[in-house]
Amino acid sequence: MSVNLNTRQVGDVTVVDVAGRITLGEGSSALRETLKEIVGKGQKNILLNLGEVSYIDSSGIGELVSGFTTVTNAGGKLKLLNLNKRVKDLLQITKLYTVFDVHEDEAHAVRSFA
Amino acid sequence: MGDLSRPTTESVERSLDSTLDSVDHAEDLAVGLARRAGFDEEDLIKIGLAVRESMVNAVVHGNRYNTNKKVRFSAGMSGNRFTVRVADEGEGFDHANLPDPLKAENLLRTSGRGIFLIRSFMDDFQARHLEPAGTEVTLVKIAVSK
Repeated sequence: MSVNLNTRQVGDVTVVDVAGRITLGEGSSALRETLKEIVGKGQKNILLNLGEVSYIDSSGIGELVSGFTTVTNAGGKLKLLNLNKRVKDLLQITKLYTVFDVHEDEAHAVRSFA
Repeated sequence: MGDLSRPTTESVERSLDSTLDSVDHAEDLAVGLARRAGFDEEDLIKIGLAVRESMVNAVVHGNRYNTNKKVRFSAGMSGNRFTVRVADEGEGFDHANLPDPLKAENLLRTSGRGIFLIRSFMDDFQARHLEPAGTEVTLVKIAVSK
C-alpha cells in the first residue's frame, strides 16, 4: 500500500485521515490532489490526521508545506493531528513543527478552528 | 544498538534503472544489510531515509528518469562503518552551496530538504563529481554500542 486518504466532515472542518506512505510518487501526489479538491470545493478548515502514516520523506514533507501554503493562500487553515514519533521528529529537525498548528486530540483540534 | 559483536563482511552492489522502484529496492537492500549488521530500529530508520533521499536525487535530479542511464548502488559494513555509495550519470550539482532549509526565508519551500536530512541522519556525507559525467555520494553510519 502506498497511501490511503479518507475524507470526512466534522462540523465546519474537513478531516483527512491519511494512512500509509507519503513519499515521492503516488503518496505525495495523492495528498496534493486531495487537498486541491477540498480547497476547490471552498472548504476552509482542513485537519490532516497523520496518525496512520508509516513513512514520510522529504518529498512528503514538501507536500505538507505545499498544502499548508495552498490552504492559507485560499484564506483557510490547515492543521495537523496525531503525529507519530517518526513524523514529529522529522518536522522538528526541519523546524516545521512550529510552522504547523499540531494537535493530539481530534475534538480539541476541531474546536480550535472556531 | 543491537548485537555489533558479530563481524560482518556482507556487502551488496547493484546497477539499477532510473526508476522510483529502484529507490525502494535500494532502501530495502541497505536496511536489510544494516539490520543484519546489528543496527537498532532507530538507526535503521535513519539509514533507510538517507538512502532513499540519495537514490531520489540520483534518479530524479541526476539521471532525470532517463532509461539509458543507470544508478550504481553499493552498501557494506567494514569494521564499525556502514558505508553506502550512490552514483548517477547526470550533470551534477554543487552540494556545498545548497540553500539552508532551516533559514526562515526557506522554511516554506516545498523542496530542498533531502541533503539536509541525509547530513542529519548519517555520520558522514561526501559528494564528488565523476568523469565524464555524474555524481557519487558516500554516506557513512558508525556503529556505536548503546
